[in-house]
Amino acid sequence: MYDIKELYEAESLEHAIRLRVEHPEAHIIAGGSDVLIQIREGKRAGVELISIYTLDELRGVSLDENGAIRIGSLTSFSHITRDPIIQKYLNVLGEAVDTVGGPQIRNIATIGGNTCNGVTSADSASTLHAYEAIVELTGPDGIRRIPIRDFYIKAGVVDIRPGEIQTAIIIPKESYENTQGCFIKYAMRNAMDIATLNCSVNVRLSPDKRTFERVRIAYGVAGPVPMRAPSAEAEANGKPVAMDTVEAFSSAVIKDIRPRDSWRAAKAFRQHIAVELARRALIESVKRCGGEI
Amino acid sequence: MKDQYRLVEFNLNGKDVSCMVDARASLTDLLRNDFRMTSVKKGCEVGECGACNVLIDGECYNSCIYLAVWVRGKKVRTLESLLGPNGELSDIQQAFIDEAAVQCGFCTPGVIMSAVEILESGKEYTDEELRKLLSGHLCRCTGYENIIKAVKKTMYKRLGKPMPAE
Repeated sequence: MYDIKELYEAESLEHAIRLRVEHPEAHIIAGGSDVLIQIREGKRAGVELISIYTLDELRGVSLDENGAIRIGSLTSFSHITRDPIIQKYLNVLGEAVDTVGGPQIRNIATIGGNTCNGVTSADSASTLHAYEAIVELTGPDGIRRIPIRDFYIKAGVVDIRPGEIQTAIIIPKESYENTQGCFIKYAMRNAMDIATLNCSVNVRLSPDKRTFERVRIAYGVAGPVPMRAPSAEAEANGKPVAMDTVEAFSSAVIKDIRPRDSWRAAKAFRQHIAVELARRALIESVKRCGGEI
Repeated sequence: MKDQYRLVEFNLNGKDVSCMVDARASLTDLLRNDFRMTSVKKGCEVGECGACNVLIDGECYNSCIYLAVWVRGKKVRTLESLLGPNGELSDIQQAFIDEAAVQCGFCTPGVIMSAVEILESGKEYTDEELRKLLSGHLCRCTGYENIIKAVKKTMYKRLGKPMPAE
């Protein structure tokens, strides 16, 4: 038995929003692979929950009329990895979420829950930052869409207002078009582990594949929330596809990241692997674009 | 709590069932306490060890971190569903015995249900893929090698292909 004071089961999105308004103190539960564990650990003992897990209208990946990729917030990680739209246009996100936990966790855990927790180590978050994803929130006053970097306020706190539910994550076409990316998670084990650091890079090359048209990089666990590394991006944008650019790019990430000492790893170690992951992920992204380096 | 006991109707091992369940219960609680599916083990109860793993609509879930009320309208399969009409073991269970992939046996039902999902996909997986697909289970006895062997052997048997030499 879980120590739950009340469980409100939402039957539709409108019902969920109504429940949110009626019970502002209640916590939302999606797949529960974080929330239920926190309850088990006593952190949220006696909590009131609004369950949205059974709302199938919030599941699935689709392309909207503008070519943007829309991922319903309750889509599980395993379904994201297996989805044909993701495999075709945004394979790096599928690869990133395939590193979360183990197979059973990836079947229950949702991308909405992963982002709403607001934790820096969320394996989906660095890739979503690197692709400038838009977070869609639906509340009593309608739909609100905000860039993911504004959604994260500080560690463990995201911009969900009273009455709101996160309903989708949207990747605009301009953002993913003609890009290839690479995600690297550094952890102590290959499964069932939280990232010491994770890094997501995506690259758009010029038609002759000799120039970096656009490079984006984002990290998890390099600071209190997932973050981009704009100094590194500036070192690569518009520059020739060459090892000199790669070295300038990867060494510049140090200017942007703010990792800390924790029991998982020391700050200096995180800084060291941040540079190395940037280097490897950029080289691999170039290769996936068909470029030579 | 209002409506502390709620009606849940679902399909368990091929049979439609219903019961009133405590809204605070996990699916592990429901399966063990109300239906005596004792193959579903209580291990870590935080979704780490995989001992409580069951199939829900064909996908593996750790039932300890799945609310019992979520199971409405779903098809749940536990290890008990693998037994033949006279208690015969299935091929994958026999393979676990033959390959000595069982010692204390506590993790075994969960691992076998992951193996069932793997085998029923009808695909041929590499050793590395099998390791990843089975990575949601902790076994403190076998060292995993014999588990991988048992699954691999059954996979090739069902595919009708000879097992490649090591």
